[in-house]
Amino acid sequence: MQIALFVTCVGDTMFPEAGRATVDVLEGLGHEVVFPEKQTCCGQMHLNSGYRRDAERLGRRFRSLFERYETVVAPSSSCVGHVREFLGMPNVLELSEALVAKLGVDDVGATFRARVAYHPTCHSLRVTRVGDAPQRLLGNVRGLELVEVADAEECCGFGGTFAVKNAETSSAMLADKCAAVEASGAEVCTAVDGSCLLQIGGGLSRRGSPVRTMHLAEILASR
Amino acid sequence: MTSFPEAARVELENHQLRTNLRHATQTIRAKRARVVSELPDWEELREAGRRIKQDVLANLDRYLVEFEEAVQAAGGRVHWARDADEANQVVATVARAHGADEVVKVKSLTTDEIRLNEALGEAGIHAIETDFAELILQLDDDWASHILVPAIHRNRSEIREIFARTIAPGIESDDPADLAEAARLYLRERFLAAKVGVSGANFGIAETGTLVVVESEGNGRMCTTLPPVLVSILGIEKLLPRFADLEVFLQLLPRSATGERMNPYTSLWTGVTPRDGPQELHVVLLDNGRTNALADEVGRDALHCIRCSACLNVCPVYSRTGGHAYGSVYPGPIGAILTPQLEGIENAPSLPFASSLCGACYEVCPVKIDIPRILLHLREQAVAAKSARGERTAMKLAAWTFRGAGRFSLAERVAGALGGGRPIHRLPGPLSGWTDSRDLKAPARQSFRSWWRKR
Repeated sequence: MQIALFVTCVGDTMFPEAGRATVDVLEGLGHEVVFPEKQTCCGQMHLNSGYRRDAERLGRRFRSLFERYETVVAPSSSCVGHVREFLGMPNVLELSEALVAKLGVDDVGATFRARVAYHPTCHSLRVTRVGDAPQRLLGNVRGLELVEVADAEECCGFGGTFAVKNAETSSAMLADKCAAVEASGAEVCTAVDGSCLLQIGGGLSRRGSPVRTMHLAEILASR
Repeated sequence: MTSFPEAARVELENHQLRTNLRHATQTIRAKRARVVSELPDWEELREAGRRIKQDVLANLDRYLVEFEEAVQAAGGRVHWARDADEANQVVATVARAHGADEVVKVKSLTTDEIRLNEALGEAGIHAIETDFAELILQLDDDWASHILVPAIHRNRSEIREIFARTIAPGIESDDPADLAEAARLYLRERFLAAKVGVSGANFGIAETGTLVVVESEGNGRMCTTLPPVLVSILGIEKLLPRFADLEVFLQLLPRSATGERMNPYTSLWTGVTPRDGPQELHVVLLDNGRTNALADEVGRDALHCIRCSACLNVCPVYSRTGGHAYGSVYPGPIGAILTPQLEGIENAPSLPFASSLCGACYEVCPVKIDIPRILLHLREQAVAAKSARGERTAMKLAAWTFRGAGRFSLAERVAGALGGGRPIHRLPGPLSGWTDSRDLKAPARQSFRSWWRKR
């Protein structure tokens, strides 16, 4: 089927590898991926920061670009959650839920030899509600060992502008998250949201930790 | 009021506090999760709770009058208070009329909100907190940092030290039983001597005029039964239409609050009963900003709150900073949406931003208050009320950039070139908050869209 990719502004700029991997995975399953080139941002940052009117304008722009597609996939549960809640567009799906719930695939034929910690991001749990789709996909990756992280469902402290406006509180949350990830024995920490990985990866990097962060799509695209 | 980030910075430095809080909140969190999972109809109960509260707020004018009539018919007196001063005035007048220079108090957030103790103090009346934790704070001239566990920031050796210099000179043991005994010896005399008791109320029943207090220690019941005069103060939103509605709320509240199936003491009283308990009952119905919240179609849902504090215990922000950082009687996620509405957004503009929007609060709220949604709504008001010119310019510039794919693509190329492909260790200005504790992954040299074009 034809699938439109919403790569998200953060994904486009900071995590192009997650977008490329999303294309690889979907094309590998025989789907046609299109990329509406006029796309930019869904407006979530503006809404979350108190700039509703700007968010509404960006929302209208997003809708005009994506409402024509039957299925839109994004490698970000946070942006998808915003688009579904704020714009009411049920045709927009996060990658793992698209694979498992829409396309009925829980094994994408990937191989990735590492101990992996999965961080269930807040929006994937409580807004987009992807359920256990990411864990099911990871569970079928050859060579991959999924490890448990203490207090896994607690926020990493990103929260958009929260990370800057309340930097100390955000850092305190991050310190606990990094410690839990390191204690899990993982070599790689993965998630369905690039922004949370930006936070966790930034914290791990500052600590000089050997644990790397990778977007779920990158693991699913590994052969 | 000190802004949340500034106050939080101070609290976060206190490592003992952080360890205590983390331990305490995680313990309550786990207990709550356990007792909630026992109930197959928990979601239906939450929905019932939400609907009842929604009905109360939609028909508050009617329920308030019904409640007033029921209280009067049962022999109580009802006072209407627009603000804290009017409410405090009622209590002072009643105490004076009975020659009381001391009143005993049930733990009550509402009386904290209106600063009743200070107001009575100015009138020469000493208000004694009888809840164990509230007593600790009062003796130390401190204030609550949690709705339900007010002294959550104190450990037992600190409590021993406070008692040693106040009510129990020479006490050496910090064993909880010994500390409780010291408080008991002090409080029993106060209970027996008091002419006037003061309480809040968890619920007021419009149909019957019944007041309800839910507690753990029994000290509350001492205050509501021993003194001959009782004054009960409740926010106008605390009403429930029917007595039968308690069936829903007495299941929701203890499980959400302390993680108990049922709380140890539930006291209900309706007016006065001859020769049994207080022979004079005053009920104060308090507005103090509530009608402002009620007028806000989005914000009004905050008035559903039954003060269980489940949202505090699951909040990753609260469990790091503690309650004092919120600078209000109502801390945590519920405080972040309630305080700006009760006191005005201009007086608490940083509170709606004291959240990562993780949504854990909404998930546990027993009356389904969509706290993240109200936070966003109040952020909008905060932005409109303040003049953060730098931020506004940046946000407008970002929005303009996002409205044109060409502009966005250009911005990406600039960022990619500036980033240089290596992790960034230091950022300037307001963004330094990020790099103080974290590296920043550099923007990609090749954005996704430029890769897509070339593939």
